[in-house]
Amino acid sequence: MGENASGLAIETSGLVKVFGETRAVDGVDLAVPAGTVYGVLGPNGAGKTTTVKMLATLLRPDGGRARVFGHDVLHEADAVRARVSLTGQYASVDEDLTGAENLVLLGRLLGHRKPAARRRAEQLLEAFGLAEAAGKQVKNYSGGMRRRIDIAASILNTPDLLFLDEPTTGLDPRSRNQVWDIVRAVVARGTTVLLTTQYLDEADQLASRIAVIDHGKVIAEGTKGELKASVGAGAVHLRLRDADRRPEAERLLARVLGARVQLDPDPVALTARVGLHGDGAGAAEQASRALAELARSGITVDTFSLGQPSLDEVFLALTDRPADRTGAPANEEEEIPA
Amino acid sequence: MSTATTRGQRTGETGETGEQAPAAADALAGLLVSGERPPRPSAWAASAAFGWRAVLKIKHVPEQLFDVTVFPIMMVLMFTYLFGGALAGSTDQYVQFLLPGILVMNIVMITMYTGVAVNIDIAKGVFDRFRTLPIWRPSAMVGYLLGDMLRYTIACAVMLALGLVLGFRPAGGVTGVVAGVALLIVFAFAFSWIWTMFGLMLRTEKSVMGVSMMVIFPLTFLSNVFVDPATMPGWLQAFVNNSPVTHLASAVRGLMAGDWPATEIAWSLGWGAALVAVFGTATMRLYNRK
Repeated sequence: MGENASGLAIETSGLVKVFGETRAVDGVDLAVPAGTVYGVLGPNGAGKTTTVKMLATLLRPDGGRARVFGHDVLHEADAVRARVSLTGQYASVDEDLTGAENLVLLGRLLGHRKPAARRRAEQLLEAFGLAEAAGKQVKNYSGGMRRRIDIAASILNTPDLLFLDEPTTGLDPRSRNQVWDIVRAVVARGTTVLLTTQYLDEADQLASRIAVIDHGKVIAEGTKGELKASVGAGAVHLRLRDADRRPEAERLLARVLGARVQLDPDPVALTARVGLHGDGAGAAEQASRALAELARSGITVDTFSLGQPSLDEVFLALTDRPADRTGAPANEEEEIPA
Repeated sequence: MSTATTRGQRTGETGETGEQAPAAADALAGLLVSGERPPRPSAWAASAAFGWRAVLKIKHVPEQLFDVTVFPIMMVLMFTYLFGGALAGSTDQYVQFLLPGILVMNIVMITMYTGVAVNIDIAKGVFDRFRTLPIWRPSAMVGYLLGDMLRYTIACAVMLALGLVLGFRPAGGVTGVVAGVALLIVFAFAFSWIWTMFGLMLRTEKSVMGVSMMVIFPLTFLSNVFVDPATMPGWLQAFVNNSPVTHLASAVRGLMAGDWPATEIAWSLGWGAALVAVFGTATMRLYNRK
């Protein structure tokens, strides 16, 4: 059927979901090209999970439209279900069952006969490094193992669209890297992935386009490059030996980096975004230039680090307030008048 | 092509990507490619898979069989010796009358655990996955009830065995007893849809329990399970004689005694069909909206 001429895996317009008084999702427009990883970035309670649930046919939208591969999520729910899989931030396997039983159950529900389901389960457990834990109840799995069995369940039949709802929240770095590897393998095969995350780093690693969502609204959308151009590729954190030299260092950095410099609560610390301006220099190059300038002026730097901007910094850049509203009052005093 | 790189990676075991990376990328890539899609399972196949899940849960948590073993034994003993002498002159006599009835009462009572199980289960993430599968929608609920039918069968077997020890001698023989149990289990399947509905509707398992008690106690006690309704006041007889539990108890009693109580069987099955039509529909409506 010639549905989906647009080449979009997901297409929503004015998507709304209301819970009581709160508009959890408040007019979300998304256009996710097929075959890509699309990141949805936002803090807790931004409406990411609610959006995913509507797209996965678990929640009825209260307004707007959503199509998955050209199928309306409300009126053609079964056609959507046949092509998507969902991995939530919660365990979406049965904790009372063993890993193997879970996969065999799902295999059967997806139409495999029992021997075929069993074979597929074995292969998946092997590939996900869970062969030894196959006979253990999932409730005894570690966080990383749980997430892996969960993703294994989602790709039992390779889906055309995979929803990954905060797949690495609460995982240690090693498990997180494993999950990332799996996601890359799935995408390489041609599956479209909608990834929600609280970590800019994760979106940066995996996604090609990113939507930043807050209070149920998309506040920024674009390719990674576009988003970074508005936020800055990274942030330099500096700690000086002498607190008295901080105002001087601040002026110097502002001049060299051409960016707003933030004075941290710690009287010797400053933070500045780098990579904001397209003069061709990378973030690291800009930072080292700044360091050299500081050294030339005789300002001693005790420690220095260059990192990805955090979600908080992204929000600060996009909305002029941090993502976490409870942290706002403390920061306000430190804000520099421009 | 991907197969070529796969082979290359496997032979060149450099291990630089971490030798124990669990999701061996090459193995995974192979799996993803070979993932051909089988046809959508039939309604029965999907329900049977969910039934299998229920049986696995019993296997992993065998304690949950308490309510279909210890509880029925307690009920049979309690009521046989409590009422036996007073109502029928001897416990031997009374157990002939009581056993089919208490079978019905017990099974109807333990149907309420279905609601509790649904209520606990539905809150877990696994239901989100089930609900995103392209399968016959009621299959998850039907699967529960299939698992429960196994539980009901166990309970019936336990009570019948105890009854035989206490002197129950059904004139209908094996055929009559099996027919009686079959009718009872079919009815219990239909009756359980009340609880799947409440399981989905109410917020906590405690409230499910509370509502179940309120329905089940009057419904089972106000019946002909313990005594002949002839001595009851007229208004109560009107209720008791039209209660599905009374019809069912009469039918099971008749079948086990070797009769063919066609009218009572028809009433029991008719009630069953009505219960599925009303509460099955309500359950699915709630299930889809959750």
